Amino acid sequence: MDADEPLLRVRDLRVTLRTPRGPADALRGVSFALHRGETVGLIGESGSGKSLTGLALIGLLPEEAQVAGSMRFAGRELVGLAEPEWCRLRGDRIAMVFQEPMTALNPLHPVGRQIGESLRLHKGLDARAARAEALRLLERVRMPRAARRLDAWPHQLSGGQRQRVLVAIALACKPDLLIADEPTTALDATLQREVLQLIATLVREDRLALLLISHDLGLMGENVQRSLVMYGGTVVESGPTADVFRRLAHPYTRGLFAARPRIGLPRGTRLPTIPGRVPELADLPAGCPFADRCERVTDACRAAPPPPVPVAGDRGHVARCIHLDTYA
Amino acid sequence: MSRHGDFWRRARRHPGFVVGTALSTLLGLAALVSLVWQPWPPAEIDIPGRLQPPGAAHWLGTDSLGRDIASQLLVGAQSSIVVGVLAVAIGLVAGVALGALASARRGWVEELVMRFSDVAFAFPALLSAIMLAAIAGPGLPTAIVAIGIFNIPVFARLTRGAANAAWAREYVLAARAAGKGPWRITLDHVLPNIANVLIVQATVAFATAILAEAALSYLGLGAQPPVPSWGRMLNEAQAQMFQAPLLAVWPGLAIVLAVLGLNLMGDGLRDLLDPKLARRR
Repeated sequence: MDADEPLLRVRDLRVTLRTPRGPADALRGVSFALHRGETVGLIGESGSGKSLTGLALIGLLPEEAQVAGSMRFAGRELVGLAEPEWCRLRGDRIAMVFQEPMTALNPLHPVGRQIGESLRLHKGLDARAARAEALRLLERVRMPRAARRLDAWPHQLSGGQRQRVLVAIALACKPDLLIADEPTTALDATLQREVLQLIATLVREDRLALLLISHDLGLMGENVQRSLVMYGGTVVESGPTADVFRRLAHPYTRGLFAARPRIGLPRGTRLPTIPGRVPELADLPAGCPFADRCERVTDACRAAPPPPVPVAGDRGHVARCIHLDTYA
Repeated sequence: MSRHGDFWRRARRHPGFVVGTALSTLLGLAALVSLVWQPWPPAEIDIPGRLQPPGAAHWLGTDSLGRDIASQLLVGAQSSIVVGVLAVAIGLVAGVALGALASARRGWVEELVMRFSDVAFAFPALLSAIMLAAIAGPGLPTAIVAIGIFNIPVFARLTRGAANAAWAREYVLAARAAGKGPWRITLDHVLPNIANVLIVQATVAFATAILAEAALSYLGLGAQPPVPSWGRMLNEAQAQMFQAPLLAVWPGLAIVLAVLGLNLMGDGLRDLLDPKLARRR
């Protein structure tokens, strides 16, 4: 493999879902690259396609979804991969942490067994070795009194502890790529920070690539090197997190930031909102998906999807907007 | 542990479950006792002592051939249980396998299994039992197979419905993300989580099987002499309906109590195993 070749290169990924109202283009040409040891965040509202991108990368899209484009992972093409091949990759090379720690664990099995399972499946460990490794993993995710938690049932653990178990399961086989889909949404604010810092630390130690999916801008800013802002099934802006957050080049990114709650605002302040709503996937406009909600919209915006435009002055920072100059 | 203690505490307060379990236990005990002891040999004919009323020697009297009714009822419980267990086992194993397969593979496999179930379901059970008896000859094995086949689509549909709901759970998605294939997920995650539904259905199917065995034996398609059976006792009692009406009452009562007991137990189990009804600490 080429040394410059990224771990993951997604090119023009398109996903079409069958809906009662006809086929819907849920992803409309998503492209990005992810290098080993790099952390990338996917930002967007619900319906923007960020979770779908995560599911596509681990081969768990709904069965009726049609996938086109290319996802090259460690030199293999993932689009069109056969299910048995996917089963070998999932949990071993590509792992995922889910949103709901309350429901992502099987209530009928002790957590130690659930952590050891993928080790037995992918690494061929026997029950005793898997149990020993599960204990080591529980200690790594800083589970208090790990040895005693090995035989605990999911319902005996708190939400934060369960999320640690899910992180331990995901990291068990030392994957190359970790996908974390809103891993902290269900947790308290203080716990969110703690769990994300834990994930960030472990990712750094194992030199994993991390794809963090979230709508929480604050958490993103602290935890990922590069950010992709998604809207209407496309990446509308991408670049180093610091640049994206400072420049707010795309009007959608700008609206997103204006709408976020901040500490220190005077009492009773109304947060600005983006007018309109996220377009239905089945009837996305032909041109820029944000056109109907954008204050800068012109006829050219509606004519064709805007190409990625480099943001002046920044390296590797692009936005899909034809009015960047007028905006700055 | 504490969950089990909780179960028994709630079980004791459920009157239907208590009565149903008592009656079902009685059925099982009757069959067990009859294996080692009967008041009289159930098939012993005693023409001079025929049609005796209930008394000290023959608790429930004797039938038209002088056979002891109580002994026949006790041994008849064996037939009911054997038919019930085996017929439910056939339906459970084949039906759960088909339903789980349909749910794991979806697509045309699911369609095929479900349409097959529809056809099997629509076919009158009695008709298939008569056909089977015509081919293999009447007897308990024929009754078992006929009732077992009738049970297959019942369990297949139930399993597929419950399994589809289990497949939609997030921990199944998490298991798939861990690289587990459909068979491992079915065994590790789906079947254990639908076990309670299957247990309840198995109990109810057991009651239906006892009733069906009685019906088939009454029609002469089930147990053949000298194997005692409640259904055949009913049939034989018919000739003496006006001289000795009690002869029909005893096996009828046995059938009613066994079926009622199992149904009550099944309903009780459904209430007790349903996590939505179970009060959590």
